[in-house]
Amino acid sequence: MTATASRRRPRRRADLGRAPQDTRGGWRTYLGLAAFLALSAFPLYWMFVIATSDDEAVSQIPPTVVPGGELMNNLHEVFTLQQVYFAASLINSFIVSAVVTASTLFFCSMAGFAFAKLRFPGRDKLMIVVILTLTIPNQLGIVALYILMGKFGWNGTLVSVIVPFLVSAFGVFYMRQFIMHAVPDELVESARMDGALTMRVYWSIVLPAIRPALAVLGLLTFVATWNEFQWPLIQLNGTPFPTSMVALSDLASGNYVIYRRVLAGAFVATVPLLVLLLLGGRQIVRGIMEGAVKS
Amino acid sequence: MSLTRNAPPASATEPAHHRSPKSGYKSRNWLHRFDNKRVPYLLISPFFLLFALFGLFPIVFNGIVALRNWRLDDPTLTGWAGLANFERLLHDEDFWNALVNTFGIFILSTVPQLLIALMVANLLNRKLRATAWWRVGVLLPYVTPVAASTLVFAVIFARDNGMANWLLSLVGFGEDAPLDWRAYKWSSWIAIATMVNWKWIGYNALLYLSAMQSIPKDVYEAAAVDGAGPWRQLWRITVPMIQPVLVFTVVLSTIGGLQLFNEPMLFEENPAAASGGSDHQWQTIAQLIYKVGWKDLNLGYAAAMSWALFLIILIVAALNALATNRLGGGRR
Repeated sequence: MTATASRRRPRRRADLGRAPQDTRGGWRTYLGLAAFLALSAFPLYWMFVIATSDDEAVSQIPPTVVPGGELMNNLHEVFTLQQVYFAASLINSFIVSAVVTASTLFFCSMAGFAFAKLRFPGRDKLMIVVILTLTIPNQLGIVALYILMGKFGWNGTLVSVIVPFLVSAFGVFYMRQFIMHAVPDELVESARMDGALTMRVYWSIVLPAIRPALAVLGLLTFVATWNEFQWPLIQLNGTPFPTSMVALSDLASGNYVIYRRVLAGAFVATVPLLVLLLLGGRQIVRGIMEGAVKS
Repeated sequence: MSLTRNAPPASATEPAHHRSPKSGYKSRNWLHRFDNKRVPYLLISPFFLLFALFGLFPIVFNGIVALRNWRLDDPTLTGWAGLANFERLLHDEDFWNALVNTFGIFILSTVPQLLIALMVANLLNRKLRATAWWRVGVLLPYVTPVAASTLVFAVIFARDNGMANWLLSLVGFGEDAPLDWRAYKWSSWIAIATMVNWKWIGYNALLYLSAMQSIPKDVYEAAAVDGAGPWRQLWRITVPMIQPVLVFTVVLSTIGGLQLFNEPMLFEENPAAASGGSDHQWQTIAQLIYKVGWKDLNLGYAAAMSWALFLIILIVAALNALATNRLGGGRR
């Protein structure tokens, strides 16, 4: 582009003008990242420490940083507490997250396929509608949604925290972007020349080609659903079948709160997501970097 | 974004498969016509049906609820309230207090969050060993349930023997009278903003990183002429080049930050109260809506508040996007 590009630079200043992503990270880079990572991980680690300790640990000065041996004891208390339904809440969270994830994957990949590869009048306008719905704050209709659920007789049931989330605008958008590039037009066209119906094309050509995208969207959806708090709290607080987030807030409510118990519960409710991050972390990173959207 | 780039005009070309069925059986013809004309709509219909029912309808209906008397504890008290709910809102000290709190926490969380995210992204934007693992690592807070992490922070910010106070005492602050984080507006805001920052910095850093990596490399070569070091490189080249994603994150943080609910709820010593402190020091609007609707059981009034919150979000998001455009770019 300029003279500098072709001029041989002295070795010392080799980094000058080189794109950052081609510059090797120095010790300061690693130190900075390690410090940031430590701060990110510390609350989780400390949650584990308190979850494994006795009552003293939480108010010890200077704070304990070594896990104790009381985890089983604390867990036993959490799981046997009346009125909190902790064990059931974990199962409920699994049911809700799994159903929402499966349905999101199915509906979003179908819609994404239609928007990416099929031609029909109004397609582009409808796609813009999908994108616009992304920007609507979810607080806006919350009161009316509650009343609507009441009319259906779903208030206080798991159905009420599943049905509104069966499909997501972000999912449709993400799938459309992916399918546009991952599935060649010629493949779709030639399959149809051979007389394959649309659903057949979806099943035999599109689905196998978009497995990576399904993994990404599935992980993001599962994490988001598992962590959902406000709507499940409105719907399920005080019922015998809360989700684990609602059960956690119950655990932390009351006049006298036992923190080793609360954090033991918090730890259990976090572990499934940590496992997901460990197994599918790269996919989650990819999903976010390809343009994921907060909740 | 390239929303329409690959889409040819819908009616200009006949789809290839229209001329396809070589074996011209009547029934297959009918089936294929149905497949061509109707099936695409069937495929996208689940989204639109579910959105119409659980997204659009509640928003419209919310407007009606806001204009009516609608109480959960007294189903007989119905009928139109006119603008009474909105009038009440104007004179409701709790609402204005919650508005101030929401904005205070919003600013304390958004500004450091995005700045630090930029720094972290800049660090990640190098040739690193185990690149993938650093990126996965910064997502630890993102996957942690807010309910769980907030409860940890509630312990850290305890008045007696809390870890935050212990750290402060190490630097000689509050040794004899430990800070009661929940007692004052400023301290409770800082505590809550810390939780929000903790959760979202890594996520935003990845968004920035993804934008940074798509900056053409020759831009950096060109800048080497005036000897820009890494620091100036960041501010003079990288930041202006990723401006669209900056605007995007600002808008996202605005939408999320002004609806803040989980952290203030669970920071409370007794979350069931939903009061946001003994004197509502940190009660946010979303929390107030929850309290008015499901503790005071006044759904009509809660609906009116939702509308007010929506309006505020709209205005602030627009202003923010505008300001970020100006600040970030300076070009055009």
